[in-house]
Amino acid sequence: MEVEKKEFTITVYTENQVGLLHRITTIFTKRKINLESLTTSESEIVGIHRFTIAVTETEEQVIKVVKQIEKQVEVLKADFYKKKEVVQQELALYKIATETLTNGIEIERIVREHNARFLTIEREFVVIEKAGYKRETKALFDELEPYGIKEFVRSGRIAVARQQFGPGKDIETLLLANSSNI
Amino acid sequence: MASIDLQPTENKSSSHQTSITGAEAIVQALIQEGVDIAFGYPGGAIMPVYDALYDYQDRLHHVLARHEQGAIHAAQGYSRASGKVGVCLATSGPGATNLITGIADAQIDSTPLVCITGQVPSHLLGSDAFQETDVIGISIPVTKWNYQVTKAEEIPLAIAKAFYIARSGRPGPVLIDITKDAQFQLLDFEYKRSTSIRSYREEPAIEIGQIEAAAKAINEAKRPYVLFGQGIILAEAEQEFKAFVEQSNLPAAWTILGLSAMETSHPLNVGMLGMHGNYGPNLLTNECDVLIAVGMRFDDRVTGDLDKYAKQAKVIHLEIDPAEINKNVYAHIPVLGNAKKTLPLLTQRLQKKDRNEWLERFAECDQLEHDKVIQEELNPTNEILTMGEVIRILNEKTGGDAIIVTDVGQHQMVACRYAEFKQSKSNITSGGLGTMGFGLPAALGAALGTPDRTVVCVVGDGGLQMTIQELATIYQTQAKVKVLLLNNEFLGMVRQWQQLFFDKRYSATEMINPDFQLLAKGFRIPTNQVTHRDQLDQALTEFIETDGAYFLEVMVGKENNVFPMVPSGCGVAEIRLD
Repeated sequence: MEVEKKEFTITVYTENQVGLLHRITTIFTKRKINLESLTTSESEIVGIHRFTIAVTETEEQVIKVVKQIEKQVEVLKADFYKKKEVVQQELALYKIATETLTNGIEIERIVREHNARFLTIEREFVVIEKAGYKRETKALFDELEPYGIKEFVRSGRIAVARQQFGPGKDIETLLLANSSNI
Repeated sequence: MASIDLQPTENKSSSHQTSITGAEAIVQALIQEGVDIAFGYPGGAIMPVYDALYDYQDRLHHVLARHEQGAIHAAQGYSRASGKVGVCLATSGPGATNLITGIADAQIDSTPLVCITGQVPSHLLGSDAFQETDVIGISIPVTKWNYQVTKAEEIPLAIAKAFYIARSGRPGPVLIDITKDAQFQLLDFEYKRSTSIRSYREEPAIEIGQIEAAAKAINEAKRPYVLFGQGIILAEAEQEFKAFVEQSNLPAAWTILGLSAMETSHPLNVGMLGMHGNYGPNLLTNECDVLIAVGMRFDDRVTGDLDKYAKQAKVIHLEIDPAEINKNVYAHIPVLGNAKKTLPLLTQRLQKKDRNEWLERFAECDQLEHDKVIQEELNPTNEILTMGEVIRILNEKTGGDAIIVTDVGQHQMVACRYAEFKQSKSNITSGGLGTMGFGLPAALGAALGTPDRTVVCVVGDGGLQMTIQELATIYQTQAKVKVLLLNNEFLGMVRQWQQLFFDKRYSATEMINPDFQLLAKGFRIPTNQVTHRDQLDQALTEFIETDGAYFLEVMVGKENNVFPMVPSGCGVAEIRLD
């Protein structure tokens, strides 16, 4: 029986080390799991980086993968969340020709209705920015498409846990206990 | 020396010296880690290290292999026999890529290794310089940890971490790639052994509740059954394990890497698991009510079809690596921790039981297997020599005291099934990766790591030819390796599968071999060949009693098969005796 695949967000807190991205992604490639997106950034803890990884997989497989990630020497903590357990966003940029704007007020109405904004208006093109869930950035894309989108990009998912403390809380305790051994 | 002993010796824990080269720092760091032997092969990008080694020959012996793959398998054999970290040196590019098979082997079989590779100077990184390869990128999936050093000042900490990571927790291979300019640079050298890394936990905390749950399950069990793996050997928990099974008369079967953790003759040692394991240990996996796995990882060669594996049993899994829990087989009661610590906690909670009826089931199966397979394999009634009878007589000559190193294939299965062992760390084989060519160099490393023991390399004609050049290293080092070639002029295991599952279509498995007698003579190693049964006993006596290396070739049946067998994709209870 095929077990249903669902949307998961994996967060990984790590040391800032060259090669670690490769080490983490190889855990997915070994199992032929496609990463929908992967974002690296600083975390709330000084010197500690975090990866936010979006996958659609079975929960069983996600559990196994997270254990393999956490096992890596320079990983402090790896966790996974179901869709409802995170607050998540993606950022999208849409480039369209400036002349589309001058032919009426349609574009401005669309941007306003989608709670998007003009990031920049140049002589030849404008860039519109929209943050939201994928379905929201997709909806704006669909509405703008008839006017001609010159370039489009959507960021990877970023997400925080839907609870008072994220995984960083445990890590701070861990770091306090082992402050001298990097 | 204990493989998991992480406490540095006080007077050796740190030292300070001003301005030495990175290369010298590498050598001094190795010495401070207690390394007395390193296996390797020189080349451009590692030359400064070899130059530094020249001054330390009295303290750090370098073994010049004839191929980097030979060097790393030798380091593996050294580690598996001695319990110490194996050390391997290679140059950049092809030197480094030739290590990869051995690194992958060490990763899947949890062997602690530190590999040091030279790299092109840092200003040339990424320029496709001569002998440049991205060894960090290549080795990531097969190392426990790796790191590239581009400044001499990083060397002491990188090497200290490498040794700590390699040998602690679930051991594994580590690779340190060091650019040539870092080897030339000067640094103020101070060395301190690493004992902890903030992002790394060697072993999980023990939960007493889990121990108690496991003890309760075993005490209530009617047919408890223990499977043990290399975790016992790596934790040096052989005594603790014996006390555990003896406390409650638990039948115990071994994985190929767990072999020798418990002496062969022990009444509770019921035999080998897996595809070519013993009949009872496979069949009764599906009859036990509590299955207790200790330091093993439920490899597919052990379990066969997981949908037909021990479905009736409550599974207890004692394991140091949390990622192994529920990976292949669901553990009703996971017991995380180092077996050396968890086993005694469990043992003290176990009731004494005799379990005669249950143990009798294993004896019955053993008798059946003996009648149908073992008797004829060990004492054949026709004139064709079997691998089994060679091992039987070998047992008589060694008394079970030898280290048996094997390559991969039919001879490996036969050697593991029939060789007898009295002490731990005596079976050295490529289990997880199944690396042909492993045996000969691993035996060299084992012999150099344990000079007081007899080391026999059981090898087939296929695998031998993959690393046969290491006979030269055996000659140069005067390592006392006894090479026992079981020659069937076939890639026997593949041929067996072709016979059973591919309509006897022997595609690319027959070998028209060189004259191995002449070859061994060419490598200046005493040699003999057995073609008839009446020569075998005397030849094996001479083989074992000759002081020094020896090459004995036994011509065995060309188309003999290894049984029992759990065919690929079948459940363990579908084990075939013929």
